[in-house]
Amino acid sequence: MAQTTSPATEAAPDEPDESASGGGTRDPADGGETDVVGLGKWRASAFVAPAMVLVAVFLVFPALWTLYIGVTNYRLTGVAARTPEFVGLDNYTQALGDANFLNSLYLTLVFVLFSAVIGQNGLGFALAWRLQDARGWVKRLVESLVLLAWILPSSIVAFLWIALLDRDSGTLNALLGTPGLAWLIEYPMASIIIFNIWRGTAFSMLLYSAALASVPPSQLETARLVGASRWQTLRDIVFPHVRGHVLTNTLLISLWTFNDFTPFLITAGGPNGRTEILPVYIYNTAITGGEMGYGAAVSLIMLVINLIIAMFYLRLLRERK
Amino acid sequence: MHRSVCAVALGSVLALTATACLGSDPEEEQDSTRNADATEVSLTITANAVAGGKNAEEAEWIENYVIPTFIEQQAEDGVTVTIEFQSSGVDDEEYKSRIALDLRTGSGADIVSIDGIWVGEFADAGYIQPLTDVVGGDLVDEWDGWEQINDAVQANMSFNDERYGVPAGSDGRVLFFNKALFAQAGLPEDWQPTSWEDVLEAGRALQGIEGVTPIQLNAGTAMGEATTMQGALPLLVGTGAEIYGEDELWQGNTQNIRDVLGLYEEIYTTGLGDPTLQQEAQGRDKSFAEFAAGQIGILMEGDYFWRSVIEPTAGVAPMPTRDEDVGYAMVPAMEPGSGINGQDFVSMSGGGGRVLNPATEFPQQAWELLAFMNSAEATKELVGDGARLTQRDDVNEEILANDPLLSFIAEEVVPLSAYRPGLAVYPEVSLALQQATLDVVTGVSPEDAAATYQTALEQVLGGADDIASD
Repeated sequence: MAQTTSPATEAAPDEPDESASGGGTRDPADGGETDVVGLGKWRASAFVAPAMVLVAVFLVFPALWTLYIGVTNYRLTGVAARTPEFVGLDNYTQALGDANFLNSLYLTLVFVLFSAVIGQNGLGFALAWRLQDARGWVKRLVESLVLLAWILPSSIVAFLWIALLDRDSGTLNALLGTPGLAWLIEYPMASIIIFNIWRGTAFSMLLYSAALASVPPSQLETARLVGASRWQTLRDIVFPHVRGHVLTNTLLISLWTFNDFTPFLITAGGPNGRTEILPVYIYNTAITGGEMGYGAAVSLIMLVINLIIAMFYLRLLRERK
Repeated sequence: MHRSVCAVALGSVLALTATACLGSDPEEEQDSTRNADATEVSLTITANAVAGGKNAEEAEWIENYVIPTFIEQQAEDGVTVTIEFQSSGVDDEEYKSRIALDLRTGSGADIVSIDGIWVGEFADAGYIQPLTDVVGGDLVDEWDGWEQINDAVQANMSFNDERYGVPAGSDGRVLFFNKALFAQAGLPEDWQPTSWEDVLEAGRALQGIEGVTPIQLNAGTAMGEATTMQGALPLLVGTGAEIYGEDELWQGNTQNIRDVLGLYEEIYTTGLGDPTLQQEAQGRDKSFAEFAAGQIGILMEGDYFWRSVIEPTAGVAPMPTRDEDVGYAMVPAMEPGSGINGQDFVSMSGGGGRVLNPATEFPQQAWELLAFMNSAEATKELVGDGARLTQRDDVNEEILANDPLLSFIAEEVVPLSAYRPGLAVYPEVSLALQQATLDVVTGVSPEDAAATYQTALEQVLGGADDIASD
C-alpha cells in the first residue's frame, strides 16, 4: 500500500502504519485518526466492496440499463431485438400521448388514494387505537391475523381471493346469497382496493401502535380528567404527536402501493384494462407485448412520479416540524 | 467526500459502457462440429407440457419413452447421455416470454418447443437459426423424415424459405357439440351446419335448456391467441378473406371484418353466449370445464381440445362420456361458397415444432435427438392409442383407423385449412383483433369496433399502406 501523505497534514507519529495509509487528503478535524478501529480507508473500502458490488450489479446497473433502453426501440423479439435503434424521446412522447397509459396512471392514483392513503392508513390507525386498551389475548389475536394477511406469499393470497370472489362457486357469493355475481368483472377496482387494504394494513397498524405508545400518558390523563371526549382527545393531543408518523407512514405505503404488482395475480389487468395499474401496464407492454424499450421509458416516468409524490410528502413533513 | 463522488462517477461510466452492449453480438460463426466426439453428453428438452397437467401426454412421452430409449441407443455406441426435461404448464404467452429471454441470453434448453407462429419474430431477433447453420453439413437436408412431412406443414416451421425446426404436428378447427344437449333440444345427432345462420339457429334451440350456454366462441384479450385461432380467423376465412391476403394487405376495416364482428354481436348480445366468461382471467379454462360438465352446447376448438382437454383419462378437464356425447362438425363458411377459394367449409391450421438452441454445446447430438423424436417409431409411440394429427404422412396412414376424429380432420379438414402468416408483426395484429372482439362483446357496435381496430392496425404497421379497408 503506497503511503502518501499530503504536505499539508502530517501523520500522527505514533499511529500504526495502516491507519495513515490511503493516499489522499486527510481531514484535519479527524484529529489525526482516520477511524476508531484502525482500518484505514483502503481496508474499510475492501470491507464495503462486496456489498457495493451487489448494489451496483442489482440496483445501479439495472437502473442505468433501463435509462438506456428507454431511448431505443428495443424489443424482446423481432428485428429490434437484434439491432435496436436509438429513437430519442419518442418512447416518452408516445407514452404521454397513449390513452392506455393515461388510463393506467389514473387507475393507479385512484388505487393508491383509496387503498393506501385512506384505507390502510385509516384502518391501521383505527386498529392501533382500539387495541391500545384491549385485553392481552384479544390484542395478540387481532395482531396475528392482520400480520398473517401481510406475510403470506402473494400467489397464495391471490388464489384465495380469486376463490373468494369467484362467480359460480365463490365464498362471498355463498355468504351473501348472490350466486352468479362476478365481482372481479363488475366491480374490479373495488375488489382490488379492498384486497390491498386487507393485505397491507399490518404495516400501518404496527407503526401506529408504536407511535401511539409515544404519546405522553400524562397528557391523556389530563384530557380524561378534564372530560374531553374521545374525538377531542384524538384531535388535540394524539394527532399533534403522531403527525410526523402519519406523514412518514403515508409516504411509505403510497410508494409501495404505487409499485405493487400483486393485483395482476387476481385480475391480470382487469376486464378490458379496468384494473390495469401502472406496474401491470408495464408488464403487459414490456414482457407480454415484447416492447421493452417502451416499457423502460414508462418505468422512468413512473419513477419520476414516485419522486414527485415523495418530495410532496417530505415537504409537508418539514413544514410540520 | 471527493473520493466517493469520483468512485460513483467512475462506477457509472463503467456501467454505462457496459449497457452499451445492447442487442445480440454480430453472428459469431459457432463451430457446428463442437463436441461432436464427446462421450459424455448432456442435453435438455423443454416444452410447455407437464406430466399430470398441460399437454400431459407429450410430457409423459418425453419422460417415459424418448429419454430412456435415446439414452439406451447412445449407450450402445458408447456414448453416455443425460437428458433433462424442463416441464412447464403455463399460458402460451408466458411460455413464449420465458423462452425468448432464455434464448436471448444463450441459456435455456437444447431442444425447444415453439409455436409455428413465433418462428418469424424469433428468427428476426436472432434467437434461432436455420437448422443447417446450427448443425452444419448436409445432415439436416439428408434426413429422410422430410419426405414424410408435407410442404405446408414444413412451412409452418420455416421462415424465408429456410427450415428452422421440425414440425411437431398439425391441427384443424372444428365445431364440437354436446349430442346429449342436442337431443334435448331436438337437434340431429349428425349435425353439420352449412352456414352461420344454421349455427345460430341451433344455438337458439339450445337457449331453451336451463343452465346451458348455447355457444362458446372465444373472444377477448384474456384468451390470447386462442381468441384469434379458435374464434376470429376461422370466421374471417369463412367470409372469403385471409387476415393477410395474397395481395400483401392486412384486413383492416373491411366488410369481412365487420361481418365477423357482427356474428360476435349476434351471439353475445342475444343470450347465445356468455359475455362475462370472455372477460375473466381464466375464462378459457372455465369454458373447458363447463363443456366437460355439459353446460355448453357448441364450442369451436382445435383437435387439441378433443385429445388433451376432454380426454377421459388424462385430460385437463376430463369428460368421461366424451366418445358417446361429443360430436364434431366442420366450420361452415358464412354462406355456402363464401369461404376462401369458394369453399363451403373452412378451418385454420397451426401447430408447433421443435427448434435447436443455437447456443447448444452439443449440436450434432442435439440434432440426433431431434431426429429421433421425429422418427416414425417415436411418433407412433406418442400417438399410442389416442388421436393425434402427426406431422408424418406415413404414421398418419397407419393410425388413421384408430380414431374417427383424427381421420375426419386429416381427410376433411386439413385440406381446407388456411394458415396464419409467418410475419413478425402478426402477434400485434392478432392482439388488435382480440381487442376488437372484446369491444363487441362488451357492447360496442361492430362498426365502431372495426374502426378502432383499423386505427390500432395503422399504429402497429406504421401507416395505412398495407391495410385493406372499405
